[in-house]
This record gives sequence, structure tokens and C-alpha cells, in this order.
Amino acid sequence: MTIVETPEPRQMMVVYSRADRIFRRIVTGGALTSLLLLGFITAFLVMRSTETFREFGLDFITGSEWFSAGEDPLGGAVEGAVEEVDKSVFSIGPMIVGSLVVALIAMLIAVPLSIGGALYIEFYAPRSIYRVLVSLLDLAAAIPSLIFGLWGIQVFTAIGVRWATLLNDRLSFVPIFSVEFENFGRSPFVAGCVLAALVVPITTSVSREVYSRTPRDLIDTCFALGGSKWGAIRSVVMPYGKSGVIAGAMLGLGRALGETVAIYLMLNLVFRYSFEILDSAGGNVASMIALKFGEATDKEISALIASGLVLFIITLIVNMIASSIVARTTPRA
Amino acid sequence: MTQTQITTSQGTNQQSGETSKFIGLETQGVHAWFGKHHALSNVSLRFPERTVTGLIGPSGCGKSTFIRLLNRMHEFIPSAAMAGSVLLNGSDIYAPEEDPAMIRLKVGMVFQKPNPFPAMTIRENVLAGIRLAHLKRSNHDEIVEQCLTRAGLWKEVKDRLQASGGSLSGGQQQRLCIARSLAVEPQVLLMDEPCSALDPGSTLRIEETIKELAEKITVIIVTHNMQQASRVSDYCAFFLTDGGPGYLVEADATRKMFTNPTDSRTADYVQGKFG
Repeated sequence: MTIVETPEPRQMMVVYSRADRIFRRIVTGGALTSLLLLGFITAFLVMRSTETFREFGLDFITGSEWFSAGEDPLGGAVEGAVEEVDKSVFSIGPMIVGSLVVALIAMLIAVPLSIGGALYIEFYAPRSIYRVLVSLLDLAAAIPSLIFGLWGIQVFTAIGVRWATLLNDRLSFVPIFSVEFENFGRSPFVAGCVLAALVVPITTSVSREVYSRTPRDLIDTCFALGGSKWGAIRSVVMPYGKSGVIAGAMLGLGRALGETVAIYLMLNLVFRYSFEILDSAGGNVASMIALKFGEATDKEISALIASGLVLFIITLIVNMIASSIVARTTPRA
Repeated sequence: MTQTQITTSQGTNQQSGETSKFIGLETQGVHAWFGKHHALSNVSLRFPERTVTGLIGPSGCGKSTFIRLLNRMHEFIPSAAMAGSVLLNGSDIYAPEEDPAMIRLKVGMVFQKPNPFPAMTIRENVLAGIRLAHLKRSNHDEIVEQCLTRAGLWKEVKDRLQASGGSLSGGQQQRLCIARSLAVEPQVLLMDEPCSALDPGSTLRIEETIKELAEKITVIIVTHNMQQASRVSDYCAFFLTDGGPGYLVEADATRKMFTNPTDSRTADYVQGKFG
């Protein structure tokens, strides 16, 4: 009787060719560099903001006061103020809320527009202008936000104020549409509209891309079942593209949350919690940092960097929520 | 003009008073173009009701183009054009007053690759056509059971109608697609190589299904599989191309096509000498 011994699993060795090894090192290096950069940025933000967080704690996020006691620019003690306690208070609650409010307004306007635009280009636009529309869209996505801000001030504000007046007239019983003073310019609503214009190209572009990848077969099947074009879009194209559209919207939301220049030009930053979106007072973390950085004291700079860290974390959270939504809504084939 | 002349008695005894019209699907001198490319030339064929017709021929001879002409799917391709006429029970489906969506309700289609709607359950898939075409039906449960039974799938899925259509095997998915087509009660079912993506076992199941379907409706099936054509079809039509547009070589009862065809090219093709 022979006993067959179960052999030990063999080691499988792979010898990479020279070209393979070099290429491997290049791509690994590239990946590591970007990871390291991200790590360094995070470390910088955390290190420079500890001072602020240690002093103000959670109040930094929830409070609504920003006051810099100031320093002698020459470094010497201000006369008569030598023994005085530093009265500086830094907190960015209204700016965080403001960022979210303006971004939300922008998304509420931009997402339906983007979906409509993407469906039009992909399924209704005449073939002769299809290419043109697609490249125009990509071009629009690359326009610097400063241009949108300038257009916002010069052109759109007049229109936006008219819309705001209308909303206030008809819907002022809804708390968010009521105002104390009828001054609608530089309000979160108008700024949100401009932000929507800024976001629409990128979300439309992503949505169009995913819609265009709907299997032709599935669309044909809808037609073969006696369905209309709208039927096919509703039962196949939109469900198929849902996760991609959400991803596109999140990309837009990321842009809206971090937008600096356009908001800087379009919005009055006021350190006061306000949910009256037509009122000419709002907040935005990124613009606030840009606004204050130039003349900030050392202590204030730490607070501004802390604000940057908060913005960074908010964006991270939004992105994580987004990818979990995308993962949950992706249809399994 | 080559035609399958074996018309059924229903086909000739019409009491309409007008000239007797052919019951079933009929094409008269059909051509198809894609832009300047002439894809199909002068095809005249008759598909008597409640029969299975196999369309055979090498790749690129216009079979799929032809089948898509029969339910007005051809026109979805930009620059597609056609000539001739396609008659369903005597009336031209390309007549200006005809609504293409209504035509497609009467002439259904099953595609090459099984393609249940990914975001829908098995039950929703079967009922998709009813929703898409806005048909008024109250007996949804009955329709689901009936269509799945006719497609030979009911026993396998009756306990998991709420499962996603994508959770089924390839062969089951294709039978689900057949059930989905049946739910809108078509008179004709077009099948474009419905088994080419399936294993032999699933293929046999679909072939049995096709034979049962032909008790009630007309089936037209494109296939590259000669055994399949000989197993399932009552009639066969052989298409060919000589580099130019595809054309019909001959059409006849399947048995004759496989044993004693008129054209020598048909004999060569069905015996696997080319193609």
C-alpha cells in the first residue's frame, strides 16, 4: 500500500524584467509622492491649528465671533497695552453653516439643470450639434471661477435680485424666504445661483458621460416593448446612470464647498447665524480665509489654518458620504 | 421573387370583401441602407402566423438589418433608410399614420445578449412593457405567472419574483426577456440570435420555449446554428452577400431547405461548406 503524501505548496517566484522593474518604480514613486503630499498638507494643517483648537476647543466650530485684538506690526509692545490680556476670539460657526447653505442652494439648482442638459445632449440634440455641445460643455467646465464671479457681480446680480424679490413677495411666510431688510444683493441665494452656474458644466459633463454608456441594447428593448423615448430614459437610462450622476453631483458639491473667489465677490460675510437665504449676509469658510489672511496676526493665522482644516474635513466627510451612496445605488448586473 | 408559398388556410380565407389579405407578416421588395451603404436588397418573404421561420446566412448578409426592419427598429440608426413595404395582416407598418410604438407592441423582439433591466426585480421585468407602453391591465399577478410559464421559467422563479433579474443565470435571464416580450401580447416575436450567448443546455430550453410559443404567435429567429434552424423552424430563409448588399437566396420549408434545396449555395451553406 502506498501512502500519497500531500506535498507542501511550492513557492511561486516571479522575476520581473528590467523594463518592468523600472516602470514599477516610477508608478510606485508617483503614487507615493501624491500620498506623501496629502500627508504633509494634513500634518501642516493639524500642527499649525493646534494652538487655536487648544485655546477655543469646540467653541471654534460652534461659536460665531471673530475678533482679532491685534499686535504691533513692528513686533514691539503696544503702548499702554503691555499687561493687557489678549482678547482675541476666533470661531467660524456661521461660516461653516454658510458654506453648506450656499453649496446646497447651488446644488438644488444645478443638479436638475445638469440632468436635463445631459439628457438633452445625449438623447435629443440633433447629431449635427452634438459634438459642438460636448466640447462647449468641457470648455465651460474649465472657465476660472473668477470669471463667474465677475459675471455674477456685473450681470447676474440684477437678475438674481429680481428672482429674490419675487420669492420674498410670494413666499415670505416660509422662514428662509423672509428678510428683515429688503436688500437682496450679495445674499446666499444670489451667490448660490452663481455657484450653480459654475457647477453645472462639470456635473452635466459627468452625467452625460454616464448616460452615454447606457447599453444600447437596454434602450432598444424599451422601444421594442412599445415604450417611448421618455419611457426608455425613465426606466433604463436614469436608473443606470444614477450612481454616476450622484458622483458628478458630489464633484460639483466639492467644488461648491471649496469655492473661494466667486463667493468672495458675491457674498457679504457676516459672523452671525442666519438661515434667511435672501438676506444680504452669509458665510463661507474658504472666502473668509482669503478675506482675512492678508492682514492677519500670527494668532489669527493659526485660526485661519484651523478653518482650512475644518473645511478639509467637511469636504472629506461629504466625499465619504458620496462614495457610500454611489456604492449602495450601483445596480448589480 | 422567392416566397414561402405554403400559406395557411387562415391566410387566404378572409371575409373582408376586399382582396384576400395575408394573415401574418409579409415583406415586399424590401431594401435597406445605412447612409450610402446598401445593406439589403429586394427581400420579399412571407411569415404565416403561428409558424417559426429561421433566417440563416453568413455574418454581414443583412439578417439582423432585415429583422430590425420588421418592427421599425431599423430607423433608430442615424442615416438608416428603407424601401419596399412590410405588411402585418395586410397593413403597411411603415404607413405614415402608423405609430411605431404600437407596431412594436405587436411585433416584439428578443435580443442576442440576455438583457433584463438591471434595476428591476424579476416581476418588474415581466411587467416592464405594460408600464412602458401605458397599457391598462389589472391582473398583474396573472400576467406574470402566465408569461413566465410560457417562457418556461415560472417553476424556477415563482418563489423569488422580488429578486433582481440580474441574479438569474444567463439562460434564465434570456427566458425572462422572452417573458417580458410576451407580456405585451405581441403577434410576432423577433429573435436575433437569442441563444448565441448561452450554453447548450439553456439553448435547448429556449428552443423548446420557441416551439411552444409558435402555438400562439409567429416567431422569426436569426441563427448561425444550422442544427438550431433545423430543430426549431418550420420555414427557413437563406441570405447571402457577394460583397454588395445582402439578398435572399431562397426560402422554403425547413425540411426541403436542408434536404433538397433549389439553389446549390443553400446546400453548401447548410452542410457547413462555407459561412
